[in-house]
Amino acid sequence: MDSLIQVRDLVKVYSLGEVEVQALRSVSLSVERGEFVAIMGASGSGKSTFMNILGFLDQPTSGRYLLEGINGENLSRDELAEIRNRKIGFVFQGFNLLSRTSALENVELPLTYAGTQSSKRKEMAQKALSEVGLKGREHHHPSQLSGGEQQRVAIARALVNQPSILLADEPTGNLDSKTSEEIMSIFQRLNRELGITIIMITHEPDIARFAKRNILFRDGKIVDDHKNSAPTIAGGRSELK
Amino acid sequence: MTRLLASLRIALRALMVNKMRSALTMLGIIIGVGAVIAMVAVGSGAKRRIAEQIASMGSNLIIVLSGSSTSGGLRFGSGTVPTLTVDDGKAILNEIPSVRYVAPVLGGGAQVVFGNQNWSTIVNGTTPEFLEIRDWFLSSGRSFTQQDIDGATKVCLLGKTVVDNLFGGIDPIGQIIRIKVVPFTVIGVLAPKGQSTQGQDQDDTIMVPLTTAQKKLFGMQFPGMVRVIMVQATAPEVMKDAESQINDLLRQRHRIQPKQDNDFSVRNLTEIMSTQEQAANVMTLFLGVIASISLIVGGIGIMNIMLVSVTERTREIGIRMAVGAKRWDILFQFLIEGLILSILGGILGIGIGMIGTFIVSSFTQWPTLISPFAILLAFFSSGVVGVSFGFYPAWKASLLNPIEALRYE
Repeated sequence: MDSLIQVRDLVKVYSLGEVEVQALRSVSLSVERGEFVAIMGASGSGKSTFMNILGFLDQPTSGRYLLEGINGENLSRDELAEIRNRKIGFVFQGFNLLSRTSALENVELPLTYAGTQSSKRKEMAQKALSEVGLKGREHHHPSQLSGGEQQRVAIARALVNQPSILLADEPTGNLDSKTSEEIMSIFQRLNRELGITIIMITHEPDIARFAKRNILFRDGKIVDDHKNSAPTIAGGRSELK
Repeated sequence: MTRLLASLRIALRALMVNKMRSALTMLGIIIGVGAVIAMVAVGSGAKRRIAEQIASMGSNLIIVLSGSSTSGGLRFGSGTVPTLTVDDGKAILNEIPSVRYVAPVLGGGAQVVFGNQNWSTIVNGTTPEFLEIRDWFLSSGRSFTQQDIDGATKVCLLGKTVVDNLFGGIDPIGQIIRIKVVPFTVIGVLAPKGQSTQGQDQDDTIMVPLTTAQKKLFGMQFPGMVRVIMVQATAPEVMKDAESQINDLLRQRHRIQPKQDNDFSVRNLTEIMSTQEQAANVMTLFLGVIASISLIVGGIGIMNIMLVSVTERTREIGIRMAVGAKRWDILFQFLIEGLILSILGGILGIGIGMIGTFIVSSFTQWPTLISPFAILLAFFSSGVVGVSFGFYPAWKASLLNPIEALRYE
């Protein structure tokens, strides 16, 4: 029961009209606190479906998923929203920031839905932004920031509620290799210094090498799960902070 | 509370981003509310004017006109031949219990002269009860009394229009004017009453004692004849009874056989007026309904734009849901957008409606009345429109699946 994430016999079936698609076929897994996991697999291997279920965005067809002992089964949409708000931080491939909204306000968003007071919100959002090295850029809008900076705003937004896990879906998919390494260096530092558990989807082996554990999905199943004995250390600018 | 304020800020920002679109959407509501305000103002203005005219006519008023005359096959209108007498009036007062006052009137046109000014007006010979029946007061001086009637004294009361035309600044009380050629002393001035229902100037008149009119001004072949008898009933409920009782009494007194026509006619003016009042009520309602339709069309405009806005912002909704927005948060965010559009549109519409009313009344001279009730109603209904037409798009937004919304391009 100590594991942060416990997944047992997870099955997800989509029915597209009359055709049934088995996205996940009996996936079992456990993740401990402080891990940095990279999930790999070709597109259609079920890794995104798995991520959606881990993030309480979707419900499994059968099987069990516990996050810190919380079972998402039979919970209402609003209850799932609350779990997402308090326990999970999302980082997406396309950044998914609100345009025409400053970096600071983007980071404040989860706190707004948590009902945090305005002054406290600002303080926490500012702290999260300086954590990812964006101090001084709080009032820039996403269109005024580079791709790497936008992703760092997204990471700050994912961190601001002090979640149990950070879920990243292809976080470097839209970035060049240099910027990707910067993002990885932030992930490694957050994992190492703040002990934040990170689960990251990627299809690039180079990126997966930054993680401490690699899991490979194929056809809705885990086909490989091994510890990465010597993860690559990223040397991005944020290390110089 | 924090979340409420946050939703309000989000909604305001979204509206500010699409300024042109927001303004055009609001225009529908502005026109709708403005139309309601202006139309109801025109309707209630007409209603008030009629109510004022009813009040100025005197309450529970029945008019008995002397009969039509026939001469060489031509029939002339009511009142052309005096068939009523002062005694008819006395009989009506004494024998019909539901009658409070009776005032016989004998009048006609006459030229009046004061100094070097002259004026043509209506001179009515009547009794002091006339003023009671018409709810008419004096603005200065005194009314004539029973002694003036008995003695047929040459005194008169002037309407405001006559005073303005003959005296121009001089106090008329105590002055001598000549009606036809007979000198009369002015003892009082009547308070202004304005136009009658038919648009006549009720202040263009002179009143003299009935007996004086009979003997000195409008000499008759048959003494004691009058053209009109004004009757006031005791209450609105007895008007109908009083009307038919007067009819029966006068038929009997004039010895009219069962199949013969009356040589007089009885008119219930209050009834005629209240019919007009009802017509004005119907008109107000009708105008209000038409204007409300434009308000509903404005509401549909809000719904349309909100649906577009929800589709456009599907991804934003997905992001909000992913970071923990509940259904209610999304619903409220969009509902409040619709509400801001409609309430702001409502406020502007009230302003436009008031300006429109002012323009209408200054161009057409129609009486208008903007009641606080109409303003409140328009404001309230714009809010209701905002909530009811904004609800469906907001509800639709709140039902989006976060995964699909996030994937939306």
